Order: sequence, then C-alpha cells, then structure tokens
Amino acid sequence: MLLRRQRKQDALQGTLDLLVLTTLSRGPHHGYGIAADIQSISGDVLRVEEGSLYPALHRMEHLGWITAAWKTTTNKRRARIYTLTRAGQKRLEAEQAQWDRLTKAVGKILRFA
Amino acid sequence: MGWVQRLRNTFSGLEHDFDEERRFHLDERTDEYVRSGMGHVEARRAALRLFGNATLVTEQTRDVDLFRWIDDLGRDTRYALRMLRRSPGFSLLAILCLTLGIGANAAVFSWIEGILLRPFPLVVDQNRLFAVTGSNRAFSGNTDVSWPDWLDLQRNSRLVEAFIGEKITGSPLTIGDRSERVSGSMVSANYFDAIGVRPMLGRGFEPGEDVGRNAHPVTVISYQMWQGRFHGDSDIIGKTQVLSGLPHTIVGVAPEGFYGTFVGYAFQFWVPASMQTQFDAGVYKLEDRSARWIEGFVRLKPGVTIEQAQAELSAIAARLEADYPETNRGRGVKLFPLWQTPFNNAGALLPTLSIALVVVLSVLLIACANVGNLLLVRAFARQQEMTIRLSVGAGRSRLVKQLMTEGLILSAIAAVGGLVVANWLRDAVGLLTPPRGGVLLRLPGTLDWRVLALSAGVCIFSTLLFGLVPAMLTSNIDLAGALRSQSGSVVGARSRAWVRSTLVLVQMSLSFVLLVGAGLLIESLQAVRSASPGFSTQDVLTTGVDLYTSGYDSQRAKNFQDELIDRLQAIGGVQSAAFSRMTPFSYRSYSTAAIAVDGYDAPRDQQPTADYNEIGPEFLATMGIPLVSGREFTRADSETAPLVAVVDETMAAQFWRGMDPVGRRVQVKGRWMQVVGVAHNVKYRNLFETPKPFFYVPLRQNFSPTTALQLRTTQGPAVFAPSLVREIHALDANVAPSELITMREQVDRTTAAQRISVTILVVFGGLAVVLAAIGLYGVMASTVSQSSRELALRMALGARASDLLRLVLSKGLALTAVGFVLGLVAALQTTRLLGYLLYQVSPRDPVAFGSAFGVLVVASFVACAVPAWRATRTDPLRALRG
Repeated sequence: MLLRRQRKQDALQGTLDLLVLTTLSRGPHHGYGIAADIQSISGDVLRVEEGSLYPALHRMEHLGWITAAWKTTTNKRRARIYTLTRAGQKRLEAEQAQWDRLTKAVGKILRFA
Repeated sequence: MGWVQRLRNTFSGLEHDFDEERRFHLDERTDEYVRSGMGHVEARRAALRLFGNATLVTEQTRDVDLFRWIDDLGRDTRYALRMLRRSPGFSLLAILCLTLGIGANAAVFSWIEGILLRPFPLVVDQNRLFAVTGSNRAFSGNTDVSWPDWLDLQRNSRLVEAFIGEKITGSPLTIGDRSERVSGSMVSANYFDAIGVRPMLGRGFEPGEDVGRNAHPVTVISYQMWQGRFHGDSDIIGKTQVLSGLPHTIVGVAPEGFYGTFVGYAFQFWVPASMQTQFDAGVYKLEDRSARWIEGFVRLKPGVTIEQAQAELSAIAARLEADYPETNRGRGVKLFPLWQTPFNNAGALLPTLSIALVVVLSVLLIACANVGNLLLVRAFARQQEMTIRLSVGAGRSRLVKQLMTEGLILSAIAAVGGLVVANWLRDAVGLLTPPRGGVLLRLPGTLDWRVLALSAGVCIFSTLLFGLVPAMLTSNIDLAGALRSQSGSVVGARSRAWVRSTLVLVQMSLSFVLLVGAGLLIESLQAVRSASPGFSTQDVLTTGVDLYTSGYDSQRAKNFQDELIDRLQAIGGVQSAAFSRMTPFSYRSYSTAAIAVDGYDAPRDQQPTADYNEIGPEFLATMGIPLVSGREFTRADSETAPLVAVVDETMAAQFWRGMDPVGRRVQVKGRWMQVVGVAHNVKYRNLFETPKPFFYVPLRQNFSPTTALQLRTTQGPAVFAPSLVREIHALDANVAPSELITMREQVDRTTAAQRISVTILVVFGGLAVVLAAIGLYGVMASTVSQSSRELALRMALGARASDLLRLVLSKGLALTAVGFVLGLVAALQTTRLLGYLLYQVSPRDPVAFGSAFGVLVVASFVACAVPAWRATRTDPLRALRG
C-alpha cells in the first residue's frame, strides 16, 4: 500500500531522503524551510512537492533519523522544527556513499558511451 | 528515538500536529507569494493549490509504518463504537445472535476440554497418557486387564514410562445413622508419583504397598472428604477410617482440585491394589490371570507414538498368550487416547460431544449469516456515507478496515458475552446426567487458555465470515454512479440482494438439518424410554445390601439373607423378593468365566468365555424374565446340592446348536454344572449391547455377602423404603441398604448420553430455527420496504391486498423451499453420523424429516407474514409521490 502509492509519486524516494537529510545536516529546520532550501540551493532545478515532503519527514521521524519539536519562529509563528539524530547522521553518510557510487558508475557509463 | 517515543507519537494525536504544521507551511508560502507581489487572497489560493489534496497528504503523512495501523485501529474503534451506539437496535440484535453462537461454541469447547481432552485436573503430561484395555479375539469390544498380566506388561515394556493401574470401587460411609456410598479407587502403588500429584498432607503410596492379600490397609483421602468429614483436621495423618468394613490408616490427603482419574466421578479415597479382596467382597484376584479387573493408563516416554507403544504391548501380550494359553488364549491389549477411553464416561460422551460440536458450529454459521444480513442492510443505509468518504480521498482498503473493525467490535463484545454464557453452561453436562446414589458426579467444562484462544479464533473467524462480504460490496461502490443517484436504487443493490438470499438459503438448510437431527434423537429417546430390556421395569425395585463390609462371615450372611427374604415376602403387596450378586444395568461388572461344553470345540486360538450372575431363588420370576424351558433355582439348590446353572437363549444356541441344553452340563472355571433351565434373552448391561452368551448360577453355590436385592411390588420406592429399612433393622440395626430405586430408574441411568444429546440438539435446533426465521424476516422486510414503489404501482393498477399478500408470501416461501431442498440433501447424507445414539430409528426416518419440514414451513410463514401484511398496507399515493 505504502510502497505502491509513493512509487507513483516519487520515483527517487531515496534521493528525497538524501536531500532532506543533507539539508538538515546543516542545522535544524522546519518543513517549509527544507523545501525552500532545496529549491534555492539547487538553483530552482529541484522542487520538492509538499505531498512527498511531509510523508517523508514523518516517516524518517518514525524511523528515528530525525526528531521534531514545536518552536516559535522569528515571525512569531509556531513551526515544527526537525533535527538530525545520530542515527540520521549515519544514515546520511550511508546514503551519500551510495549516491557517490551511483553517480560515479553512471559517469563511467556516460564517458564510455 | 526509542519505541516509547514512537508509540507516544502514534497516540499523541498526530493529525492535529499535522494540521498545524500544514497551516504553518501555507502561511509561509503565502507570505512568499505576497512578497513576490500577489494579492493576499490570491496568494493563499495559490499556496493551497500547490499543496494539493490535503486529506490525501494527511493520510499519507500518517501512512508511515506499522504504527499508523495501531493509530487507525484506535480511530476506527472509536468511530465504530459511535456508529454502534447510534443504532442500538441493530447492535443489540447482532450482539445477541453472536453471543448465542459464540457462547454455545465456547461451552462445547469447554466440555470437550474438561471431559475429553484434559479431564484430570493436576495430573501432569496428560498428552502422553493413554488408556489401556484388554481385547478378546472372539468378540469385539473391550475387557479389563488382570493384575498378573498388568505386572508382566510393566516388567517387559521399554517404551512406557509408567503403568498406572486402577479400578473404580466404592465404600459405604456412615454419616450419623444413615449410610451413603462414596466412590474411590484401588490403584497401583506408583499411582500418585506416576500422575505427578503430591498429597498436600502426608504421603502417597510406597512401593510394595500394592503387594500382598489385604496387606496394606492404608488410604489417601480426598480434599473434600478431609474437609467434609474431618473438618480439615490438621492431625489427620495416622487416624483411621473404616472403608469397605475394614479400618484403613489415613496416610495422605490429596490436594484440593484433584478428583482422581475417572471421567464422570469425583473420587473420595484411594487404596492400594493390595486391598482388592476387601473391596470385592472377599474374592482374591491379585494372582488370578483370568480375573480381569484393572482399568489403567500408561504414560509413554517422550517421543514414543501410540502406534509404537501398541506394537510393543501387543508383542508382550502375544508372549503371555503363548505362556498362559488356558487364561490368555485370544487375549490382547489395546491403547486408546484419553478422549476415547472406553471404561469411563469419556467413551460414552464422545459421540454426544462430537454431535454437540457440529451443532454449535452450525448455529454459529446461522448466527453469522444473520449478522452478515444485518450488516448488509446497514451498508445499504450507509451507502451515502461511504460514497462521500471515498470521494474525499479515503482509500478503499481503509473503508474495508473500518467495516471490519466494526465487525470485530461486535464479535468481541459478543465473545465476552459468550464466555459468560459458556461459564453458566459449564456444568450443564453434569446436571443433565442422572445422579447415582451418594456418588459425587463430576463432568465439568474447563475454561482454560486453550478454550479462550479457540473462542477468540471463533470470534475472528466469524467476523471474517459475516463482515467481509458486506465490506467488499461496499468498497466496490461505483463512485460516479452512486453520486449521481440521490438515494434508493444504487448500483450493487442487485448483487447485494443475491448475497442476502444466499445467506438465508444457507440458514434454512442448516436449520433443516439440525431439526431433522433433533427429531431423530427425540424419536430415539422415545424408543429408548419405551424399549423393553427383556425384564420388567415396572413394579420391580432394586437396592443393595452389603453384608461383607458389615463384618458378616458367609454363614451369618446366608442366614441373614434367608431371613430377610422371608420377612419381606410376608409384607402385604410384596409378591416376591430375591438376592443376586449384580442387578442388571449396574455400573459394576459381572463375573466372567472360561467355559467348556461337551461336544463343542472352540476355534484353536479362542477360549470361550461368558459372563454370569449369581442369583438367589425366584430371581427370574421377580425380575419378570421368562423361562424358555426347565426351571429356575430354588432353596433346594444349596451348597450341598449338585451344582446347577441356567443359560440364556444365545448361549444355548451357540454351544448346543438348537438342542435343548436342559439336562446337559457345562464346565465353569473347571467345575461341571448341570443345566436346569433356559432363560429368555434380556439386556444385561445396557440397551445397546449385542447379544452375547450369558448364564446364571445359584448365589448359594457361588456365595457373595455383597448383593443386590430385587423386590416385586406395586409400591413406589418412596413408599416402600421405610418398610425395607424396618425389616433390615429388625435383623441388624447396623446394616443399611443403599438407595432404593425402580428398575426403570436403573435402566434410565444408562441412557444419559441419549438424553444429553437430545437436550443439546433440541435446544440448539430450536435456537437455529429462531435465528433463521429472524434472517428470513429481515430479508423479506427489507425487500418489502425497498419495493414499496413497485407494490404501490401494482395497487394503483388494481391489485388487491390478497394479491400482494400472495406475492410477498410466495417470494419468501420460495426461499424456504430451496433451503428445504438443500437441507434435505444435506440431512440425508449426514444423519447416519448420529451412530449409536439412534436407537431403533432409521437415520432417514420420514416422521423426523416431515416434522422438521413442518416446523420450517411454520417458522418461515410467521417470518414472512408480517412483511407481507405490511405490504398490503402500502398507501399507493404516498409511496408513488415519495
């Protein structure tokens, strides 16, 4: 059920996790901020849909990679701030290594072709 | 993050969190758009659009792992409880149906557990216990095992961990000035160690205490006896208690909740097997290989199968057969699982309880069909709700889960109620079993964790059964179609009507089968009640007079018996009176002897044997057993006169092949006796036995001081009892007769299994019909209310009320008719499974089938009449306008 629904919407589920974890590795942030960061840092190339972001955040929270807490932001709004945990840090390193391997491999093939 | 945190998240109202989080997100996005120059309203709308389907995201955000499932369950449960409270009529009816179904099942499970599967509380490793009987190649059926054979089996077996030998016995117990009988057991010395029961006070028996003739008068008494008779005396060990006329030293008190190892009775005392002579009125059997009296159990070593053990014991029995041909020719041993134990009430109740199981499963099916029907009706009413939930983004599987949760809550509540019902019914089998004198009966249901687990299984199974079909139909709603039509006719209604009719058909046919079964058993019980065992059951009273335990020697006992007969026959209204060692249909066993007849050669591998009764003068006349030829015994057939015997017709036919045996001789245990008469065949042990050779010998020539007393008189037992006690006390104030009952009563006590199954089947058969009628009523009522427009149209076009009545009735009765045909086919196939419970009734008896049909027709007529009547009251104007 879960898999089927999300595969349809986001083929690169692992990539989203990687992006979110990387963003959070630079410091705690709320959902909107994470989405905005990814968009701006990628120079508007990557756009994270809300429909994918929040399920991913809550899933990672349940898996223990990130924790969440309600805090008041500078503009006096209550926001749910996500923080990377040690488990999340480890996960991030694993995902990064995986990603590096993947891009290297893809690069090789592209050069070879 | 730990599990605790995750669980807390699950229950902390995550949805509420997410709403707030979403609001924050939208606010930020709106701000961003406003900064880029949009108007506020426009920016908000754009942000919302970008966010997409809020419900779906909510669902998915929560759809993160297993914990969501728990969360859903809590949410569904709350919702389901709300829905059930909103339609209390529906909920109550559904819960009532299921409570009856689940309760009946749990009750029968508890009986099977407590009576058949684990019948002996406190006894360890009952799964490795098996019952042992002897077998005889000459006829089917089982015998007991002799003590020497038992010891030889024990010595030679390597697969059996323990041989637990025992024999039910009894003793009179005086309480004040009256005497009552308590049951107990003679056991091998290893008994308490082997079954793993430690006496709470004192000790069990020690090795060697089962050796020697009357050598060890020691006893372990039951907890109840300790409490009831000795008021919990803590210094009880070492005191004495007279049992069967001899003081026994109390060496132990059995723990509370231990009742011995005999299904049906709660034993009050145990003595070692060495005391057998004392309890068998002076007959010494410990060294007699032809005296078969041990009814025992074996505990197999771990990992040994019953087949392996059977093979080993049969091999040992074959060696014994070769070593002791004169006593063991044709004899073997046979193992049975506990639930098939032939020598206690397990074997007698096995068919009854199997039938009960089938019956309650059918009742459960019928109840499930009813609840399924109710749910379908409600699913119809909730079509709108489901359609809306689907169209705002609920997953179909969520809807199914929601409906299943509702079903599960229904059956969980019903299961709790069912267990209460089962708890009430726990002792029903015991209560339906007729009492025997002062003997404590014990046929309990056990509600242990296995029964609870099984009941929970039944609960889930029935939920799937009644809940899944409506849930599937509901989740298959065609959204577009359902939304277009305002109400009423909805796509899927046709398939639903079909499903509902099928459910009613199943109910009808199942109830028909149960009704036929109930009818057959009622007829069988009537046949049993009116069956003649061959002797008079009217005007004959029977009781027991135990002179042995009162300390009489043979000569005094003979004088007492003669004087008592004279005194009793002098009472007005007493036609005759006679002693015998056994009264027919007693739970005790007849004597058995190897016999030989001049000119009769038995097959080489068989030793002819026959049971016999030791009877006084005029016994046959008193019992109303006619003589075919010759005479019965008189006082002249005394111990000094020539030995004589009376044989029955079966024995005459088998050993003298049609010639009159009167004047010929028969050898019994090595003694030749002259046959002086041939008695009519009667039933000796129960109504269902097949004829086997049987004969009588004079009590005087084969004396026993422990006897039954039969009286032919028109007075009832209550009226006659004081005269009997007066005459006995005139001879000896210390002798007390046992319970005085009619022979009818004596015979009826052996038909308890029939009565129990009839009661169960009639009660549950009636329940099934009522449930099925409710089901039919439900279908017909909703058919009528759904087709009110059609009915109104017919009325407007000139149909009369009687036409509409006929229309609805014929529709309902058509369902009954099809159900009847299906049930007929099923019943013709299944009723022969009633087996020995059907006494002189054909399993295809037309009366039973006919009356079942009648009951079904009447019930469905009643169920259809109300909706049909309502159809005739249709107001065409209102129905058509609405």
